[in-house]
Amino acid sequence: MAGLIDGLILVVVLTNLKLLGSSRTPACIRVVAAQGVLLAALPLLAAAEPLSLQTVIAAVASGLLKGLLLPWLLLRTAQRADVRQELEPLVGYTLSLLIGGGLLVGALWLGRRLPPVGEAGPTLLVPAAMFTLMVGLFMIVARRKALTQVVGYLAMENGIYAFGLAFARSEPLLVELGILLDVFVAVFVMGITIHHISREFDSIDTRRMSRLKD
Amino acid sequence: MIALLIGVPLLSGVLAFMIRQTALRRALLLAAAAAHAGLTAAAWVNRPGPLLGGWLEIDAAGLLVLTITSGLFLASAIYGVGYLRHEDAGSREDLDEDELFVNAPEARFTGCLLLFLATMTLVAVSQHFGILWVSIEATTLASAPLIYFHRHHRSLEATWKYLLICSVGIALALLGNFFLVVASPSPVGAEGHGPMTMASLIGRAATMNVGWLRAAFVLMLVGYGTKMGLAPMHTWLPDAHSESPSVVSALLSGALLNCAFLGILRVHAVCQAAGQGEFSGDLLILLGLVSMGLAAAFIVGQADYKRMLAYSSIEHMGILAFGVGVGGAAAFGSMLHMVNHSLTKAMLFLAAGNILAAFRTKSPQKVRGLLHALPITGVLWVAGFLAITGSPPFGTFLSELTILKGALDAGKYVPAAIYLLALAVAFVAMAAIMLKMAHGTSSLPAGPNPPAVSLSNPPAVSLSNRPKDTWLAVLPPILLGLIVLALGVYVPPQLSNLIRDALAAMGGR
Repeated sequence: MAGLIDGLILVVVLTNLKLLGSSRTPACIRVVAAQGVLLAALPLLAAAEPLSLQTVIAAVASGLLKGLLLPWLLLRTAQRADVRQELEPLVGYTLSLLIGGGLLVGALWLGRRLPPVGEAGPTLLVPAAMFTLMVGLFMIVARRKALTQVVGYLAMENGIYAFGLAFARSEPLLVELGILLDVFVAVFVMGITIHHISREFDSIDTRRMSRLKD
Repeated sequence: MIALLIGVPLLSGVLAFMIRQTALRRALLLAAAAAHAGLTAAAWVNRPGPLLGGWLEIDAAGLLVLTITSGLFLASAIYGVGYLRHEDAGSREDLDEDELFVNAPEARFTGCLLLFLATMTLVAVSQHFGILWVSIEATTLASAPLIYFHRHHRSLEATWKYLLICSVGIALALLGNFFLVVASPSPVGAEGHGPMTMASLIGRAATMNVGWLRAAFVLMLVGYGTKMGLAPMHTWLPDAHSESPSVVSALLSGALLNCAFLGILRVHAVCQAAGQGEFSGDLLILLGLVSMGLAAAFIVGQADYKRMLAYSSIEHMGILAFGVGVGGAAAFGSMLHMVNHSLTKAMLFLAAGNILAAFRTKSPQKVRGLLHALPITGVLWVAGFLAITGSPPFGTFLSELTILKGALDAGKYVPAAIYLLALAVAFVAMAAIMLKMAHGTSSLPAGPNPPAVSLSNPPAVSLSNRPKDTWLAVLPPILLGLIVLALGVYVPPQLSNLIRDALAAMGGR
């Protein structure tokens, strides 16, 4: 089982690199969805004792939301706003990948330096979570399209979710579902906003939204 | 009763989305606001018991925030009904750009307003860090559509920044939550990490892992601090608070910022119980002073009076953080200042809404003779200036002085000097902007075909919309202003006892 889990975590790391290197927005949406599903499946595989109903419900809800509902919402938004390609990004793709490599090294280094935890999960999970989080933040800063920034937000959320898996496996179900509901509504509201942005500005390039400043 | 406090605005919010009749919807808004205020008042008399096994409970700090929120919402609802009546549904000229815009559907606006109240109530009553996070993020989502009520470029830009920056910031606070879980030891005789409620965490604080706790505090300070508008995470705030309708600005500045502050207070309380109060307090002092200094610098020569008020909110959030960071008497002043600032800022934003409706510009240079054109709003504006800058006899003077005294007693002379300097700069800068607007001859703009200007009959923007003070537009800010004035003369023992209870629960430094 441990080999399978490590394999899954490795795939999560690879999805991040794909996110950094891809210029096609729909592809990015699908990749971040796959990442969400992989992470949602993790607690089902990692559980040593028989699965509790709570774990299953939380995992299934998370998988459905991140694997089906959110990508559907975002792909529909992409279609309506006519987004296929990311505009020439602020940071080029090759450079993004290089930075991604640097972030990965940083995450591995940081993961070893964290103060020890009593019940540690799979050892690779913490660096992978940190890497996902950093890639998400990087995408929000370095990409121009509002939609790609939402993908970055989701990647960041995935990273935090992975942290939660590593440390706080017994978060109450109510709170987990509340978090998922928030993420759903957040992406929903962002989707509506992007729709309005594409109509008002004829583009969802966030650099054109620079009228408000001092 | 806690269920009612959340349920009333929640259900009426959902209903408001569906009701077609405008009059009925507005009546529902008023009724829900009044019911919520009534329930909050009842909570003062008879504190309701815990709900959901102690996850939801009204403690002293929560009751303080809840009362401010509920009172401001009632004032805003009354003002909002008058405001919505004057908002015509058709498209109209943008003030700054030569483009037409329309309003979002009023049903959506009212519905989101009520949902916003429900989420803020949930923040005030959460005792569980998970629920607290969920509800603070929910406030962002419920309030974002409110900012985009006037559908034009600038409000859309502000909405996007608000959504993205706050969501990302608050996501970091979620990471902080997980760190807090890691930091906390298992309860005696139990497996796992134990409940994440305030009572449980404070009970176990003595044996917490210091490294993880500090990391958790930093993440939550950054996360909730983003929402609270502490510099340097404040960048979304001036945009969102200046571009939203004034009634929403009043709620965002007066009520929502406190909710985020409550999140920081909660984790600060855990730090204090764990003996890390000095660490968290020093960080709060640092961010507080940075916010005050930066906000004061941006108020100087600000070319948009709503933006100026937004920066002033950042300044006052800095004051709150500073006072709580210093602790002791300053923390008392800080909590008192939370009340004073909320009331004052809401009053000023509502008055700013009246000015904007009459003068149709946000540039302070183009507004002159306010006292003459809108006498009541003009007086409110001048009184608001005195109150927000902490002049006697307003309550803000008392609370700012208490914070200063607390800082001096604690031997923090340099921070106290910076605090005073920032206050002085803000005073001078706001005087230059706000008092000039009040005096002089009226600069009310002429309509599309300017009629002859005469002082006895000021030119109206349009005949149907002649600028004048209406009761719905001035009564709420007058009441808010009177309360701030009263608090400057006399702090009711109920209020000071409540604040003492809140501070005692947090554990003094």
